[in-house]
Formats: sequence, C-alpha cells, structure tokens
Amino acid sequence: MTIVIVDYGMGNLFSIYNALNYVGASPRIIRDPEDLKGADGIVVPGVGAFGSCMTQLSKFESSLLRSFQDGVPMLGICVGMQVLFEESEESPGAPGLGWISGKVVHLPEGVMIPQMGWNDLSIKRTVPMLDGISDGDMFYFVHSYYGLPKDKSVIAATTDYGTEVTAAVSKDNLFATQFHPEKSGAKGLRILENFVRSARC
Amino acid sequence: MLARRIIPCLDCDLGVPGGRVVKGIEFKQIRYAGIPWELAGKYYQEGADEIVFLDITASHERRETMTGVIRETSRSVFVPLAVGGGISSVEQAREVFNAGADKITVNTSALKRPELISEIADLYGNQAVVLAIDAKRRYALEEGRNVVQTEQGPCWFECSFYGGRQFTGIDAISWARKAVSLGAGEILLTSMDRDGTYDGFDIPLTDAVATRVNVPVIASGGCASPDHMLEVFKKTEASAALAASIFHFGEYSIDSVKAYLKERGVNVRI
Repeated sequence: MTIVIVDYGMGNLFSIYNALNYVGASPRIIRDPEDLKGADGIVVPGVGAFGSCMTQLSKFESSLLRSFQDGVPMLGICVGMQVLFEESEESPGAPGLGWISGKVVHLPEGVMIPQMGWNDLSIKRTVPMLDGISDGDMFYFVHSYYGLPKDKSVIAATTDYGTEVTAAVSKDNLFATQFHPEKSGAKGLRILENFVRSARC
Repeated sequence: MLARRIIPCLDCDLGVPGGRVVKGIEFKQIRYAGIPWELAGKYYQEGADEIVFLDITASHERRETMTGVIRETSRSVFVPLAVGGGISSVEQAREVFNAGADKITVNTSALKRPELISEIADLYGNQAVVLAIDAKRRYALEEGRNVVQTEQGPCWFECSFYGGRQFTGIDAISWARKAVSLGAGEILLTSMDRDGTYDGFDIPLTDAVATRVNVPVIASGGCASPDHMLEVFKKTEASAALAASIFHFGEYSIDSVKAYLKERGVNVRI
C-alpha cells in the first residue's frame, strides 16, 4: 500500500508525515505528478493563501483529477480542503479545483480571526472516515476562511464559530477537513487510521 | 465554541546532551524536572492541548539541541508545539519550523527588533508567531502608561527581557498591541510578580491585555492549583492557561485539572 503526500511547496509536511507514519502508513512525500500513479491513497495538505496554493498546485491538477475519477481515496487538509471548491474570497479571480460546487468565504465578523484552537464537531452524515468520532469530539483548527458548498449533502461535519462552519466534506472517494487531524491528538489519528484503512481496501 | 486550552510549559536547559527540563522560581532558582520529549509525551497522553518549549539557555550553539528535541517529540506527539528562546532571525525560525514546530515564540529579539514579528508572520502566517511578554508591576505611575487597578493599588506593567534579567521601560500593554499590529497571532503573557510564587495568575494583568488585543492570550505565571486555572478562566478572557511546576512535580495531571474545570463549567477538551 502506498500513501503519498503531495508536496507542492506550501508549508511543512513534517506533522502529517509523522502522523501517518505513526498510524502505520509509511507515507511518501512526492513532488512530481508522475508519482501519483499507483498511489493507493493521496493526501493534499495546504497552508498559506488560496491563490498561491492553486498556483503551486496547478502542475498536479490533471493528475489529481484522474486519480479522483479513478476512485483513489483522497484526503484534503485545511487549505487542501478549500482548493476543492470553485473559488475563494481570499484570492478573487483565482480558480480552485472545482470538484465541489460552491465557494470559500471569510469567517464572520465578531469572532477572533483566525479561528485558532480546539472546537467541537457536529456530525451531519455517517461516513466511514468519521468512524469512531462522536458529536462533540474536539479538533484543532487554524483558519480564516471556510468552504460553503452549494450542495449541503457533501457536508460531513460542521463546527460553531460565529456561524455554522463547514468542518469536513465527503464526496465519493474524497474526504477533506478544515481542521488538522495531524494536530488533533488521538481523535485526529483515528481519522488518519480510517483513511489508511480505506486505502488498503 | 472554542475550548479554553491547558498548556504545559517545558523550560529547557540545553547545556546538557539531549537537554533537560528545569523549573525556575521567580526567574531564578532551578529545579530539575525531566527529559523534554519524555515529559512532552506524558503531557500529550494526559490531554495537553498544546506544548510550549522554552530554551532558557538560548545560546546559538544550543539551537541544534532544541531542534533535536522538537524532531524527537513530533514523532509521537500530535498537538501543536510552540518553541521559543533566543530566536532572532527568520533563518533561525525556519530551522525550528522544519524540525516540526507549529509556532515560534519571540520575546527579547522582538523587543530589540520588532520587525522580526512581521518577517516571520509574512512567511509562516500570524498564527505561527507568539509574542512572549514578561511583565512586572510598577506602582510608581508615569505619564503615558496604561494604568491598571489592582488590590495593591494602581500600577502599570513593564516588559523585561533577557529572561527577566533586564528591564526595558516599555509598557507591556502598548507593546502587546503594537506586536499584534505587526503580525503576532497570540500573546504568551507571564507575570513576573507571580511566576514561581504559587499565588495564582495575575488577574488584572491578564484581563487588561486580553480585553485590549484581538488575539488569544495565554495566561502564565503563578499557577499552583486547578483553582487558579478556574479563576483565570472565570475572571478573564484568557484563551489558555500555561503552567509548569504543578504538572512537572506530579502534583496534578492535566486530565485531572481538565475534569475539575469541566465540572465547573469551563469549556475544555476532554
């Protein structure tokens, strides 16, 4: 089984690498779209601004889409979730991957920006990636924007931060979280274990 | 709703191979507490929301020892790690981030060169820059100071640097606000009057800063019991409480402190 972490030059992959290693995945960090071939699971991390992430990610775009259409389990994290949408208020004019209809919007007024810290999940759908996770379990968030899908049925979980904020989406073989499972203690590791299990099938 | 965070602090003496955790009292006396990554692993298992490592030796040669500590810790500890002590350039910050740190804390170097805050924030984001302030009460009031009422009378707060060994003449509240405008995403606020005293957090100080900046404030200095944590969360808007000795020397475990707070209505992660 090969789990790959897409390194497109946006931020530190140390934590996600260590966390996947910890749950027994022996991940590979890849910088060449060719290396997506044969992957049993693909992790798309991401920090920084939406626009710069998309610029850096562009060389992976067609290969990632092929893997998605081929049914390879995929996990997007933080901005790696936001890039799945069509566009973002953070970087007007920069198109996202558009695999999920809708846009990424700024957190509401009246709350500290960014949201930084542990917040609890409200689970909207039973999905295999949230196996072992219950309503009220807390995860670590660091973000100023969040995805707002047109089709609400892709929302797997939300969290309350001034408004109902999309915390996780699930669509076919794709799962993505606004929070950082690799920084969310045992519950976060559980989600990574679920992902590794789905890649083994 | 965001949980209030409980953060153990590891003061690291990196003058010995692999480093060791120590605890000072009122910024002076030193007591040995353990091996950094072992303690970090124990606190993680007990439910620490984040772990702060401070290099109290803070000399250039020892930064490699600190990156070694962080690299080792981040293999098995999956909560945010903040690292500080002697980081005075983006290059030094990068070494620590690359070892697995999520946040950098700056103190003396930022007081000497405030642009350091923007330089790190521009590259790694505001959430990755924590400004540490060591503040001491000054009852001799001066013009232009932010005056805060305390049970001992009105005072202002002066920033110290070099680990509490020197004073700057800088008003802590003004400095906190300026640092936030430069890109600091969080304030680690230590009361020098309370640190190591076991008298509880400095409530007027914590309240004054937490209500005047729009970033999270971590209360620090003086915590000796779960009651002190309860007090700071009930009486101020502190986002987190930091403590060292009460965890290091086996008086309380993090999970027992959190259970105590939860029973009394504080939103913490169990």
